[in-house]
Amino acid sequence: MPHDHHDDNPHSLLPSEPALRVKALETILTEKGLVDPAALDAIIDLYSHEIGPQIGAGIVAKAWTDDAFRAALLADADQAISALGHGGRQGEHVVVVENTPETHNLVVCTLCSCYPWPLLGIPPGWYKSDSYRARAVREPRAVLAEFGVTLGEGTKVRVWDSTAEIRYLVLPMRPEGSGGMDEATLAGIVTRDSMIGTGLPAAAGAAT
Amino acid sequence: MTRIHDMGGRFGDGPVPREADESKVFSTDWHARALALTVAAGALGKWNIDASRHGRERLPPADYAHYSYYEKWIAGLAKMLVEHGIASAEEITAGRSLAGAPDELTARCLAGERVVPVMKSGGPSARASDAAPSFAIGAQVRVRPIAGNETVDGGHTRLPAYVAGRTGTVVLHHGAHVFPDSNAHFHGEAPQHLYTVAFVASELWQHAESPDDEMRLDLWESYLVPA
Repeated sequence: MPHDHHDDNPHSLLPSEPALRVKALETILTEKGLVDPAALDAIIDLYSHEIGPQIGAGIVAKAWTDDAFRAALLADADQAISALGHGGRQGEHVVVVENTPETHNLVVCTLCSCYPWPLLGIPPGWYKSDSYRARAVREPRAVLAEFGVTLGEGTKVRVWDSTAEIRYLVLPMRPEGSGGMDEATLAGIVTRDSMIGTGLPAAAGAAT
Repeated sequence: MTRIHDMGGRFGDGPVPREADESKVFSTDWHARALALTVAAGALGKWNIDASRHGRERLPPADYAHYSYYEKWIAGLAKMLVEHGIASAEEITAGRSLAGAPDELTARCLAGERVVPVMKSGGPSARASDAAPSFAIGAQVRVRPIAGNETVDGGHTRLPAYVAGRTGTVVLHHGAHVFPDSNAHFHGEAPQHLYTVAFVASELWQHAESPDDEMRLDLWESYLVPA
């Protein structure tokens, strides 16, 4: 049997416009009764409105204000997160890593785009970019500088390359000057990037 | 030899690209649709997440390199659909269905109301194992010298080339997890103990930014030997 290139690469049979490629596959699967368009809408709605970095921010703020929770989160994140009603696909096994004056944590997935969906939602474009995947492990400090993060003297960088099904969430340091803030206010200064390690929480004075 | 997706440490990529509005979850509608369609098709149960990843990694390198992220997902999905007999090349070309699907498959269609519970329950990869772990926390380990699948030539592996042959320290043990190198090829879950191994930057990079910085990776037991 002659080797048919298209059998190996059926994507080459699809239209050139990406939106039309998706539409073609959706049409085929819907017509076959294998995909419910309502399910597609529900998935998009879930990750557009329900599941996003606000969940991780709430967990960080709770860890900042509740020492027992913080200890539990660092010891067994799955249990601590599940007790708050969170968890699920692409976050079945979570490890929370804590920034300290000595160690700054940074998360990447060099092989693909692994990311703790139930805590942060769908990863931003830059996290999935070739440049971030290639460089975060070799020159994390140069990458951090591009994100405006400069580390203090004596702070070591620890990069977590998510090569398995363990998902990593950074617990950033609570900013100075945030002592008077309650948990809800604190959650408002926890940025998505600070939980990946490419950012720091917004300055305490910037919170509204 | 691994594939084009294994890009950790690669040179030449330039600055990390940023979007003008990074608060948008999906920058265009078709991105959202591509993600949702991939998730919904996966729910049919014809392949597992490791096979799905391998489908994207097997794209021709030239396509992988120039495709945007969700274009890779669409191309990988098309490959899965054809390889698993869900859609024919003729249907992909026509952009419509030319034959019905078997009842046992349509019965697995993810209904809209099941999306939230399915996504909330996820698919844990941890497995019970009677095997004792070979490495203790603190053990010095060396990674296998070749970052390739041991049984399938060009097969899926989670062993990045940049740590192949390098020595590190076991810092976490996660118990046994499904072994993607086997599962991606439908050779069974073959769970193995999974460890986080820490490498100092100077062990990995000719010109480390700071020799004391550390790279930590999750590596399965068969990737490792005692150092």
